[in-house]
Amino acid sequence: MTKQGIIKDINGPIVTITLPGVANGEQVKIGELGLYGEVISLQGSEALVQIYESTEMVRPGEPVEGLSHPLSVELGPGLMGGIFDGVQRPLEKMFLQAGDQIPRGVSPDALDRESQWTFTPTESLEPNTQVSGGIQLGSVQETESVLHRILVPPDVSGELIEIAPEGDYSLDQTIARVRTADGEIRRLKLFHRWPVRQPRPYLHRDHSSEPLITGQRILDTFFPLLKGGKGAVPGPFGAGKTMVQHQVARWSNADIVIYVGCGERGNELVDVLDSFPKLKDPYTGRSLMERTLLVANTSNMPVVAREASIYVGITIAEYYRDQGHDVVMLADSTSRWAEALREVSGRLGQMPVEEGYPAYLASRLSAFYERAGRVETHDCGKGSVSLIGAVSPPGGDFSEPVTSHTKEIIQTFWALSKELADARHYPAIDWVDSFSADVSTAAIWWHEQVDRNWEKRRGQALSMLARDAELSRIVNLVGPEALSSAQRWILEGAALIKEGVLQQSALDPVDTFSSPEKQFLLLDTLLTIYDQGADLIELGVPVQELSDLPILAKLRRCKEVYDSDQLDQLREFRQQAIKIFESIRSEYAQRGEQTS
Amino acid sequence: MSAKEYRTVSAARGGLLTVSQVPGIAFGDRVEIRDSQGRKRNGQVIRSSSIEVLIQVFEGTDHLDLENTWVRFLDTPLEISLSPEILGRVFNGLGEPKDGRPPVVSRLHRSINANAFNPAARTYPKEFIQTGISTIDGLNSLVRGQKLPIFSASGLPHNRLAAQIVRQAKLPDEESHFSIVFAAMGVSYSDARFFQEEFASSGVLGNVVMFINMADDPPVERLTLPRMALTAAEYLAFDLDRHVLVVMTDITHYAEALREVATAKGDVPARKGYPGYLYSDLAEIYERSGRIKDRHGSITLVPVLSMPSDDITHPIPDLTGYITEGQIVLSRELHNQGVYPPVHISPSLSRLMKDGIGKDFTREDHPHVSNQLYALYARALETRNLASIIGADELSARDQRYLKFADAFEKRFVAQGEDEDRSIVETLNLAWELLSLLPTTALTRVTETEMAKYHRHAGSELQQPVQKEPPA
Repeated sequence: MTKQGIIKDINGPIVTITLPGVANGEQVKIGELGLYGEVISLQGSEALVQIYESTEMVRPGEPVEGLSHPLSVELGPGLMGGIFDGVQRPLEKMFLQAGDQIPRGVSPDALDRESQWTFTPTESLEPNTQVSGGIQLGSVQETESVLHRILVPPDVSGELIEIAPEGDYSLDQTIARVRTADGEIRRLKLFHRWPVRQPRPYLHRDHSSEPLITGQRILDTFFPLLKGGKGAVPGPFGAGKTMVQHQVARWSNADIVIYVGCGERGNELVDVLDSFPKLKDPYTGRSLMERTLLVANTSNMPVVAREASIYVGITIAEYYRDQGHDVVMLADSTSRWAEALREVSGRLGQMPVEEGYPAYLASRLSAFYERAGRVETHDCGKGSVSLIGAVSPPGGDFSEPVTSHTKEIIQTFWALSKELADARHYPAIDWVDSFSADVSTAAIWWHEQVDRNWEKRRGQALSMLARDAELSRIVNLVGPEALSSAQRWILEGAALIKEGVLQQSALDPVDTFSSPEKQFLLLDTLLTIYDQGADLIELGVPVQELSDLPILAKLRRCKEVYDSDQLDQLREFRQQAIKIFESIRSEYAQRGEQTS
Repeated sequence: MSAKEYRTVSAARGGLLTVSQVPGIAFGDRVEIRDSQGRKRNGQVIRSSSIEVLIQVFEGTDHLDLENTWVRFLDTPLEISLSPEILGRVFNGLGEPKDGRPPVVSRLHRSINANAFNPAARTYPKEFIQTGISTIDGLNSLVRGQKLPIFSASGLPHNRLAAQIVRQAKLPDEESHFSIVFAAMGVSYSDARFFQEEFASSGVLGNVVMFINMADDPPVERLTLPRMALTAAEYLAFDLDRHVLVVMTDITHYAEALREVATAKGDVPARKGYPGYLYSDLAEIYERSGRIKDRHGSITLVPVLSMPSDDITHPIPDLTGYITEGQIVLSRELHNQGVYPPVHISPSLSRLMKDGIGKDFTREDHPHVSNQLYALYARALETRNLASIIGADELSARDQRYLKFADAFEKRFVAQGEDEDRSIVETLNLAWELLSLLPTTALTRVTETEMAKYHRHAGSELQQPVQKEPPA
């Protein structure tokens, strides 16, 4: 029995309705067009609804229907490789059915009901056993690279009466029946629905211990993010936020990538849709699109659905986490989400606090980021959701509300700088403003897996960069002549690190991804050469002689010469470079002997 | 069309009219208002309830009295009539003719508030447009379907630059020309005249649709004008398969009109009094550019905006930069030095450039050359700063070369004539001429092969080229 009511008032995307028995958060369908919306507050007999679509030409007096459930997503096989809008409408399907523009009042099923999936039941699972939310019923090979585990939905528990044998099933077919405590029979399918604003339950939280490897040197080596960690990428326009997010989506060693384009450019999502199927996952060798899902609410799409989009994304991320996967979710950009919040609160006449944002901005932001983490799942071992949010501060000012609140919540902060971007130093991540709270945890992994000197070398490079900044200020005041030879060699060393390690071209096929081994080898090589040079300078070798060595230019380029699987050649090259410096040393030592 | 007229106006304030006791009026409905003398005004419903309706009056509410005002609801959203005959015509922000000729008669009407394009329907823009301007083609290339604004400021030659782009823009090996949609919001008489004469003298007038709102026309019309213009552009591009170049000027006037209306409505201000939805509102305009699958035409958008007090962090350029695919920034400093076009290289950017240039599109060395010029110029500017402190004579020989490069770059590469139409090959050759002012060791962003091919002194006295191949 559906609830019926009528429209009283239309104020842009905020509509007042009367609908007896409606609940806060309930989905409603309004008007003759059947636009979808969500109840955001109740006052007496009236309810305020935010509408996910444009309300042009909707009239007071038109009917309203309550749908008796909150905003939910469909979770099941068929998600991977798809593109959905902010309320999980399948955009490919809508394009085929309805053409270039997104029509109003249309809501096809998110998951295709026709497709058949080969379901393999869990062997150990016998009828007449007790099951509860999160227990694995079986699995479906969703794509070549993603094994989709079919779980008992979190809100179901009871006695398993029957489980389907191995075979092909569509989403609407029952694959298991469960008798709940009150005797009700629940038919379980390959998919279930879950409300997006409610975090999915897990057994307990687990601490993160392994870094997320993104193949990006400045991220992995200098400002690591753990699997299950929370990171932010703030930056003014044109500094390369989206590029950083795309690179993480491309090359990180996650099982699943959820990319939420929240209030950003349509063409950027097209770029992902076009390029990802052609790119290979460096870990599985399969097409990247097989493990990627896009949620797209571009900047021109209705603002209320933009607010919902990041919840749709994180709920899907949690669902794959519950299957024991490591998931990365990228939200580009959380500022646009906050603006959607501000726009709705403004229409409701709520008291603004900072720059028009409502007082609940900080709590909503932290509740959202808190959905990231590494957990012990009910039946699938450990899973994680790493959450990386882009932030678009107005005028690049990091003291504005969204950036400053975000900074308090996250552990890893990749600050983009306009100055670096202007000089085409990409990724334009500023090594002074950025931070990672998890370096010591990441160090344990690096020391075990790659090299015991990782933390030391990382520290050495950072302190050299800090010295470089200091010395550059002096140079800018009085010129390079004021520096000692050793100091000028520091400038050379820092330039080597900047160009040979920190700068990384997303467009160069070799440089775009660096394995952890390559990252460390590059860093260690350049620092070794720097150390050798520093010794030579102490012996009295003029800085100019070292700076003019053609080998330095070669060192800057070896990042794009040697692929991650050509490390032996890189080591050979390193030996050549070391030899050149050693021969200079012996030359000077000889000269020293001759003169003495 | 409803013939019924209401005389139940209960309030008139700041361009807004409240009408009581009207049943079921649609949100966004078009309204016709008649005053005591029988003069007509236009409006649109911006809030509708079962008790009363709020109307935004385009011509303002001056001289309206509550007793003798009649309101008629037309039961249609704001629409534009479309036919191929719109080419060569001039309209106002409501789509009414402004050239003294009769209205366009057509059965095809479209609401100017189109539904958003499905991202899955878009194709990625990647066809290089040659504008003949080195700083754009070489360093911030424009591609078909891109939105690339010009960030300018009062007194800078943005109109001349926009006109030059309109004159010269073409695909390098295609004869077809762009159809042009020109949208002017709050412009002065002389600016409007400048563009009209430009179009006339370059013989494209018959291929231009103009939407003009003068500085003394109603500001509210500035809000509907770009939507009218883009609806026309979509018709030309996706119904008539044309490649459309939309030039809009001045977005700042648009945003100011939006602020004026928002303030009258009592919206909560966010930054500098602009409403919180300025971003979404601008995005509704900018995102209507692009390319669509299986459609032949395209919409390329070049909005012009003047940065208030030359401030790029002002909300209007700031939010624009977050939506558009790059920006061309003009510099007062270069302008004062007599450089035309005074394109400020460092903050300028084209995000779609990477896929539209290089082998198969322009020339294989283009991506690296552009990157190298940027890096060198940034370095050279640092050197110039240093020189201004310690004196140019104190600089090392290498730094002196950077100084020379910066000067040559500004005078020869950035600067060019208003009628100078450089092909992309000319631009790239000129770039190499400048890069050759520096030794090959200073060039770390171009490959050895490219240096061997294009660097004037490659392999000669200056330095041995560095091997790119791994040693055997």
